[in-house]
Amino acid sequence: MIVAALFTDAFGFIPAHISLLLEKTWQTAELAFTALAIALVLSMPLGLWLGHRHKGLGFALGASTVGRALPVIVVIGVLIAVLGVGFWSNTVALVIIGIPPTLTNAYLAVDGVDRDVVEAARGMGLTERQILSGVELPLGLPLLLAGIRLSAVFVIATATIAGLAGGGGLGDIIANQVTYGLAGTLAAAMFVAALSLLTAALLALIQRVAYRRTAPRA
Amino acid sequence: MSGHLLLAGGGPVIPNFGKPNECLKHNGWFCTYWIHKHWHDILQPALIQHIQLTVIAVGIGFVISFLLAIIGYRFRILDGPIGVLTDFAYTIPSIAFFLLLVPLTGVTVTTVEVALVAFTLFIFYRNIVVGLRSVPPEVLESARGMGMTRGQTFWRVELPLARPAIFAGLRIATVATISIATVAAFLIQDGLGAPIFDAIGTPDLFHTELLTAGGLAVLLALTADFLLAGLQRAVTPWTRTR
Repeated sequence: MIVAALFTDAFGFIPAHISLLLEKTWQTAELAFTALAIALVLSMPLGLWLGHRHKGLGFALGASTVGRALPVIVVIGVLIAVLGVGFWSNTVALVIIGIPPTLTNAYLAVDGVDRDVVEAARGMGLTERQILSGVELPLGLPLLLAGIRLSAVFVIATATIAGLAGGGGLGDIIANQVTYGLAGTLAAAMFVAALSLLTAALLALIQRVAYRRTAPRA
Repeated sequence: MSGHLLLAGGGPVIPNFGKPNECLKHNGWFCTYWIHKHWHDILQPALIQHIQLTVIAVGIGFVISFLLAIIGYRFRILDGPIGVLTDFAYTIPSIAFFLLLVPLTGVTVTTVEVALVAFTLFIFYRNIVVGLRSVPPEVLESARGMGMTRGQTFWRVELPLARPAIFAGLRIATVATISIATVAAFLIQDGLGAPIFDAIGTPDLFHTELLTAGGLAVLLALTADFLLAGLQRAVTPWTRTR
């Protein structure tokens, strides 16, 4: 069967080009995680603060709708048009894609914390800052981590597509079927999938630990 | 030197510039001349294809998820595994998903639809199950007290009360599918992604085509969200009181 042959070829490509694949995977991961870190730094303080004040629900939800509606290739295309192909256009595109899920979830995580608990903390004389960092943040952590996980998945997918447009990484192999053949393209796709799944699994694990620590004991 | 450019399936090298025009010569961002000239042969067909791609994916995705959700809701032990499987499909980046399906279904619209459907499952499944679970036990108790069968309770009590969550899922899935369907043009010349990839593939990156086709995709997603929000309000009148 042709199907089996294509996959066999792809599996044959992997050991023969393992160093290339790992190098390209590393490039994609580096680009994705750099952008994710920038996106978190930009979105978390705003989301947490708005959630703490219970203000801007429409803004928080609107951000995720707009983020979801923006096609990744359009964001990348516009940034290439403005900034040219290279590090900056890719990083900015990834940051734009990474911000909405974390922003929305940071807001919802803090906004959804039991108001009685927050009142009790306030009554004990905690400052607003202490309430946010000592009460709301730990209690909202599972939801916040869910948002980070979503951002990570989106950013890795975007990093791959950015690679198609000259951003390096695994997208490079996918875009150059002429050089690497369908086997190479399939192998690169497998590595993209593995990178995304491993990242998501790791974050899911952290999420589970956080949930165990904060879940009310029945 | 075009090795780094996107390889959209066989589009013209310098597509759709039409007759030279001042705006086009400067690669303007919004050349109305080009938009007028190519609305009927490029933009409108792409928009219609895009709507078709989305409706088919969301429709099939909903039906499959609905059946899965009934299974996961009735047999709690299966909820975990189904959840993990749908999450798995959601986590694989769309471009990788498309490519990994090529050996099975070829470079066809089927490949694109299968990937898009798989992508919607996670969103729909979660929302439908959460919606069904949100029905208070007292309500189920009174339905049983009224002599309703299990089937009647499901269709006339549990399902209607799960509507807000189901519609929330429908909105998220539709908007996300419209956005992700643009990537389909990496594989086949179909939908709004085709002119977008064409534009990115031109030597100077054709601004007007990128912006109008991309803008149409965003507009389509936001319009769909708006219309579904209206429908949601119409079928869940009890949520309006807040």
